[in-house]
Amino acid sequence: MLRLPRFALERPRTVAEAVALLADPDREALLVAGGTDLLPNMKHGLFEPDVLVSLEDVDELRAVEVDADGWLSIGAMTTLADVAADERVVARAPALAQAVSLISGPQLRTMGTLGGNVMLDTRCQWYNQTYFWRKSLGFCLKKDGTVCHVVAGGRKCVAAASNDSAPALMSLSALVDVEGPEGRRTLPVDDLWLADGIWNKKLGKGEVLVRVRVPPQAAGHRGAYGKLRDRGSIDFPLLGVAARLDVGDDGAVADADLVAVALAARPVRVRGARERLVGARPGEASFREAVEAVADEAHRRLTPLENVPGDAEYRAAMVPVYVRRTLLAAAEGAGPVHHL
Amino acid sequence: MAARDNHGTGAPWDDAFRVVGQPLRKVDGLAKATGQALYADDVQLPGMLHAKILRSPHAHARIVSIDASAALALPGVHAVITGADLPIRYGVIPWTPDENALAVDKVRFVGDEVAAVAAVDEDTANAALDAIEVEYEPLHAFLDPREALATPEPQIHADIRGKPVRGNVSKHVELEFGDVEAALAGADLVLEGEYSFHGSTHAPIEPHCAVAQVSADGLLTLWSSTQITHYVHRALAQVLELAPERIRVIQPCLGGAFGGKSDPFALEFCVALLAQRTGRPVKMLWTREEVFYAHRGRHPMQMQYRCGAKSNGRITGVDARILIDGGSYSSFGLVTTYYSGQLLTGPYDFPSYRFDSTRVFTNKPPCGPKRGHGSVQPRFAFEVQFDEVAERLGIDPIEIRRVNFQGDDTQTVNGQRITSNGFLRCLDLVEEASGWKQRRGQLPYGRGLGVAGSMYISGTNYPVYPNDMPQAGIQLKLDRSGVVTVFTGGNDIGQGSNTVVRSIVAEELGVAYDHVRVVAADTDLCPVDLGAYSSRITFMVGNATIDACRKLRHQIVTALAEAWEVDPRRIRLMEGRAFDVEDPDRTVPTREAFQVAEARFDTLGSTGSYNTPQLGGDYRGGTIGASPAYSFTAHVVEVDVDVETGIVRVPAAWCAHDCGRALNPTLVAGQIEGSTYMGLAEALLEEHGVNRFGLHRGPSLLDYRMPTSLDVGDIHAMIVESVDPEGPYGAKEAGEGPLHGSIPALANAIHDAIGVRLRHLPFTPGTVLRALRDQGGKGEGAAVGSTAAATSKREAR
Repeated sequence: MLRLPRFALERPRTVAEAVALLADPDREALLVAGGTDLLPNMKHGLFEPDVLVSLEDVDELRAVEVDADGWLSIGAMTTLADVAADERVVARAPALAQAVSLISGPQLRTMGTLGGNVMLDTRCQWYNQTYFWRKSLGFCLKKDGTVCHVVAGGRKCVAAASNDSAPALMSLSALVDVEGPEGRRTLPVDDLWLADGIWNKKLGKGEVLVRVRVPPQAAGHRGAYGKLRDRGSIDFPLLGVAARLDVGDDGAVADADLVAVALAARPVRVRGARERLVGARPGEASFREAVEAVADEAHRRLTPLENVPGDAEYRAAMVPVYVRRTLLAAAEGAGPVHHL
Repeated sequence: MAARDNHGTGAPWDDAFRVVGQPLRKVDGLAKATGQALYADDVQLPGMLHAKILRSPHAHARIVSIDASAALALPGVHAVITGADLPIRYGVIPWTPDENALAVDKVRFVGDEVAAVAAVDEDTANAALDAIEVEYEPLHAFLDPREALATPEPQIHADIRGKPVRGNVSKHVELEFGDVEAALAGADLVLEGEYSFHGSTHAPIEPHCAVAQVSADGLLTLWSSTQITHYVHRALAQVLELAPERIRVIQPCLGGAFGGKSDPFALEFCVALLAQRTGRPVKMLWTREEVFYAHRGRHPMQMQYRCGAKSNGRITGVDARILIDGGSYSSFGLVTTYYSGQLLTGPYDFPSYRFDSTRVFTNKPPCGPKRGHGSVQPRFAFEVQFDEVAERLGIDPIEIRRVNFQGDDTQTVNGQRITSNGFLRCLDLVEEASGWKQRRGQLPYGRGLGVAGSMYISGTNYPVYPNDMPQAGIQLKLDRSGVVTVFTGGNDIGQGSNTVVRSIVAEELGVAYDHVRVVAADTDLCPVDLGAYSSRITFMVGNATIDACRKLRHQIVTALAEAWEVDPRRIRLMEGRAFDVEDPDRTVPTREAFQVAEARFDTLGSTGSYNTPQLGGDYRGGTIGASPAYSFTAHVVEVDVDVETGIVRVPAAWCAHDCGRALNPTLVAGQIEGSTYMGLAEALLEEHGVNRFGLHRGPSLLDYRMPTSLDVGDIHAMIVESVDPEGPYGAKEAGEGPLHGSIPALANAIHDAIGVRLRHLPFTPGTVLRALRDQGGKGEGAAVGSTAAATSKREAR
């Protein structure tokens, strides 16, 4: 099998210790949570840290809590399996529970963590390959090289954000708490991303994602997640769509959001979705028409690149289908939208 | 075929079988389930070195120079070898030796082997690979078989066995039986169509691994994850220029093969030579990526078929023209090229038939035998076209397959002898179990049923290298302990051949099932067998086992009859006891019967053998694909097509397979399920190929999408027992035949579901959507029959 490169392993017991280890100027350090993505990537020579700082023993990162104000807080080291099964998450953030339930496969969800998925590296068919393969091709600008194999002559990396949790959290207006050498700070998950496939997060190198916090949702909150992939398990998304509908007491949509992933370097909000959906009444023709309009708009705006494996033309054709199905599923309190 | 080769089809004692037909546990089932089974990578020897291979980054290039001095200078590196150290070319087919263990002068695909290193550990070996300097001069790389066919230069292989290669043609076969043009001219309907099959690979769970050790007195022992120990033994002797007496090859427990471990591979020669050079045991375990480069998987084929039929559905003639993409080496390609035509002539009667198959070299991982070698692709094309014939003629697709049934005890148009043939029963079973009559054409738009039939060989009488010796051999040893030990050269690759051997011995000698030990696939201990390919083991090794058992049984019965002073015909050996059938109170455990025999005849043992009868047509290549018995299969597949996403789901598949007799019905059902799964997998999800740069599309189990348990519906396995006159107790093959029909039945079901004929694999969602879109423009539903029905379903939606 492929060999892991040599590295030192540190196992701090607190976030502060982890931050201190990351700050060591003499050693290139990387955080590892569940390791289900980082370790295969290291076997491919994509990351070459001197030291891995494991968060496994940092107990403060594991809690799921609902505070007095109704905020749902999920520690970064909570496993994906625990997030997906947690009744508080299912009730308060259905799109997140659905998205997380479709990440990878059952075994890996017991190792992989929510924080790890939020911080997932971007993916590309020309990048997520062995060192031998990438060297034979000629290295690309995301790692070791200067050219892009997706966009001829491209100067900017377009590897795709492939974290299912990201659009769900964005649709929920979640916040993330991070801790670094300067202490703790909080930022909206929307502000976490950069449109740069090489590293699409704004977090500093020395910062640790501590938790995500989902604000209390409207009484008529409905959410769903749709995921396109080849197989019923294991695969990363070829397209992911998270939808939120807040249905008011009058039966009309009071607020809405729609965010897609696996298209470009960062998760993408579908502009205009909210405006079209607000006022429509699920169950009535107006809603169906609004959904179709949003699907058409998404089809126009969201253009998948040949970054992740498979047929980009097909992924483009699936944008309106998954947008429509996910919105309809949300309206019905159903989902996830998946081909099984 | 000698008298020893034919044993009748009945139970060895009286009327009923005691062991055969029972769903008994595999000999190695518990060991595998508990982790006790020892695979090649479990072999750990004192002082063992680890070896790695440097591979070509170019699809086609001349090697200008190799400088390994820096690698050799690294601490912990014990040896570096290159093509200059292993100059003798080999190939599993003796007529086409075009492989070197390590490239000599040029490389032919990205991943071709260039140099090998032995070092104290894998990391050191990998570091040494990085230190080897290779200068290449790139050549034009052929990725498209049509271009390779049309373009003679540069040649991928200039000569093989001293004979010049014609352009980039690996093999060409053209055979005609009867007058096809006249037959098509006399038909009421002639359909012509183009079909294509993409590449797929085996993806066994266990990667290839080999360990070599050279003893102080120069004996080379090789443990290898091979499915043909005997050919590895021969190839090592040839390439290393060692006498066969100096070589021992052992196949440990194997984690899947499916044809992908049939060739001799570079790692086997490399560890052997590195062990010789270093005086240390050497192991090489390939990565998953390297398994994809080793490949030898299903050949991509571009196929044109013409089929003529009378209005009553009877076929008049079939004409095929096939371009086969062989990849960079010959492997089994000579046989593949014949099989692409020779194995289509059943279960239907072809009054006339012609095929023209051309295999070309391209700069891609070499293709070879994958489960259903050479015949899965033509079967797909023909059965889809045949379905369209039925549609055009307004005949039920199952009925047209009945109408053309060739019968049993007959001969095919290309001279193949058909003995037993349970195809009609297979059709009946899948028709009934699937609810075909009530449901086909009646399901809502998007859902449908499709059928296909097929045949396959139970071994072939073409022994790869010509010789007059047996194709299968068995040796038995039994003694006063009551234990019977069987020595078989057959390779159990998970299909359960050792279990079959054990069952036959227990049946024949009347001993308890678990008193039979099986020692297999060790060239020092076991008689020669030609290994696990062409679905030959149950038929050939099974017959050899019966042969050996009956010789030994004769001695035991004779000795006991003498001791008891009764007619030997009164003695029975059953269920662990020997007894007098006319005086059942006179009985001893078989162990005591063995003791009587051992006292009477001295140390007990026997050998058994099998050879096929004279078979095949009297023409060049007529023996390739000639089998002592053919299995037959019918599939019905049900699909659920999401016409908005193009995603095809298979909620259920029914497969009825005529295996002659199920020696162990659990193993047969497992083969039926596994085969059907594998066919559906490559039709819907799996794709093995290279990208526009000539690199593998994604050599990992993440990117090579094998279906998970969630992606497979219910597979209903049904066993048909036609009881073949020459099989062991009537048994035939079950490991490969049940793959064939799954793919065309799927295509035909998609047509029933949405009215679209898919002729080009794989059936990805994008392909399905494009076909639907094209159909919308052209209105294919103008034809008669079920398409019209499908059209009306679509309109009704």
